[in-house]
Amino acid sequence: MSVLRQISAVVGMNLRNLPQRRGASLVIVIGIAGVVAVLLSVLAMAVGFSRTIAGAGSPDRALILSGGALQEAMSSVPSDAVPNITAAPGIARDSAGRPIVDAEVVAQVQVTHGDTGKPTNVALRGVGSEEFALRPEVHLVAGRLFRPGLHELIVGQSLKTRYGLDIGSHLSFQNGDWVVVGVFTSNGPDLLDSEILTDSQTLLSAYQRNWFQSVTVRLAGPGSFDQLKRALAADPTLHVDVYVESAFRAAQSRILNLILKWIGYFIGGMMAAGALFGALNSLYAAVSSRSLEIATLRAIGFGSGSVIVSVLAEALLLSIGGALIGALCAWIFFDGHVSSMMVSGLEPPIAFAMSVTPGLIVLGIVWACVIGLIGGLFPAIRAARLPVARALNAVV
Amino acid sequence: MSSVASLHNVIKRYVRGKQTIEVLHQLDLEVPSGQFLALMGPSGSGKTTLLNLIGGLDRPTAGEVIVAGERIDQLSSGQLAKWRARHVGFVFQFYNLMPMLSAERNIELPLLLTSLSSAQRKRNVAAALELVGLTTHAKHKPSELSGGQQQRVAIARALIADPTLLVCDEPTGDLDRASASDILGLIQTLNRQQGKAVIMVTHDQKAADYASRILHVDKGQLVEAADRSAATAA
Repeated sequence: MSVLRQISAVVGMNLRNLPQRRGASLVIVIGIAGVVAVLLSVLAMAVGFSRTIAGAGSPDRALILSGGALQEAMSSVPSDAVPNITAAPGIARDSAGRPIVDAEVVAQVQVTHGDTGKPTNVALRGVGSEEFALRPEVHLVAGRLFRPGLHELIVGQSLKTRYGLDIGSHLSFQNGDWVVVGVFTSNGPDLLDSEILTDSQTLLSAYQRNWFQSVTVRLAGPGSFDQLKRALAADPTLHVDVYVESAFRAAQSRILNLILKWIGYFIGGMMAAGALFGALNSLYAAVSSRSLEIATLRAIGFGSGSVIVSVLAEALLLSIGGALIGALCAWIFFDGHVSSMMVSGLEPPIAFAMSVTPGLIVLGIVWACVIGLIGGLFPAIRAARLPVARALNAVV
Repeated sequence: MSSVASLHNVIKRYVRGKQTIEVLHQLDLEVPSGQFLALMGPSGSGKTTLLNLIGGLDRPTAGEVIVAGERIDQLSSGQLAKWRARHVGFVFQFYNLMPMLSAERNIELPLLLTSLSSAQRKRNVAAALELVGLTTHAKHKPSELSGGQQQRVAIARALIADPTLLVCDEPTGDLDRASASDILGLIQTLNRQQGKAVIMVTHDQKAADYASRILHVDKGQLVEAADRSAATAA
């Protein structure tokens, strides 16, 4: 009991002393707030990106690419293969009994950024009449749907915001003038929100192609994926690979997600090293300024353990304070902030909402505590080893 | 009469760079229980070193230090801290009060090392404040007290856990003559009325005159000045 009383008394004294060491304490708080803010903002990109890619896929849908294609852009499914795919088992049917299948073609078109005036590549996806049955999360928020046979487009909400592609805007490609007639969303920034949609047959015709990039189907139920996969593999006229759409998107995002995390940890680690030295300096100075106080307590009979705990408690308190400020900054400035990123194989730039999750905040606090503990440990040991007689006599 | 402190063949050396300085040379000392001993001597003579050894703040290079019945030169740092909490009350020249704590909180500090309840600690603090005449200043911070009052608080803190020995290092060195005399009178009263053994280091002959025995520390050796117990008891 007296040990706890000792510790709480020394910790209390130490903390009450903090206002007198405001400058040095602020160095620790601001340093750690910076580390946590940067770490969380980069990791918030990784989380947001990952969610966006994952959100674009559904476990209820299967994506069919040409055999060996690792990305949609590298895939080519011949037009005459589509009826065989459509006829395969395991595919859900709409109210009219038609299989919910959409063969899609993807091209790239250039749009000009509304603010910078710079041209940017954007994905133009040709979709069929089953698109909205296939992806019920996609719906129009303005204007109307494109009509087959006409050069009409609908644009994702994030493209409208970023590039000013509003209804009535015109785009020129493949010797044609195309007009925006609608704006769609898919409930928050995801992969499709960064794309332009049009009628697939019209697009094939404009590009004079007779092959699609992919075929997406809605699965009839649990176990349907294996059934579909087996059937397509058994068809000698087809050479295709079948993926659960959500798993395919997650795999696509995995490497970039990993890179973003490494960037976050690397930058965060470098900054943490800086903050660590700041904390070490400040806490050494704090121990030095309190050496008479510490020596007096030790002379009275307080143990070195309580002195160590008091220095570590100060370091932890300041670190947690810094972490909360850093997390708050990251949350205020970055949570929900829509950013975009160019990804190989997933062009155009993908818009995604950065997400500062509770898990990331806890991670930031853990980082801060580790910095605080390492930064406080050596000054705490110095305080505990302070030669009492010498510290007392140094003042006399 | 039993001894509160016995030192035998005590040697204390300090190493500074390549130099080894011997501050105390095979020193012997007996301090009977209840004695008020003043240690005098010029700067660097070793009087504070001797006081630190008796107070358990430092260890000798060689020799035996027995204080309050315990061989303290063989105790570990942790054991020594516990021993100091039980047996020694310290009074420093510059009071060494915790600036952010009130007088009563400063006085209470040594009791936090005991098993006393909060109510018991409060009662003891009130009694100590009364003993040093500062009942009305219980809530004052050190910065709100005069030097003499701060030293009274320091004395109350030194006494609160009922130590065997009061160790005072220049307790009046930072005080004006009137306050110094006041403090020395208080220490003398405690020595006489409570039988508390006091060992005090001082430069000041007038301060030393309050003691029942004066020893001069000169070049690491002790020289008896006079046994004043008969004179001061009168």
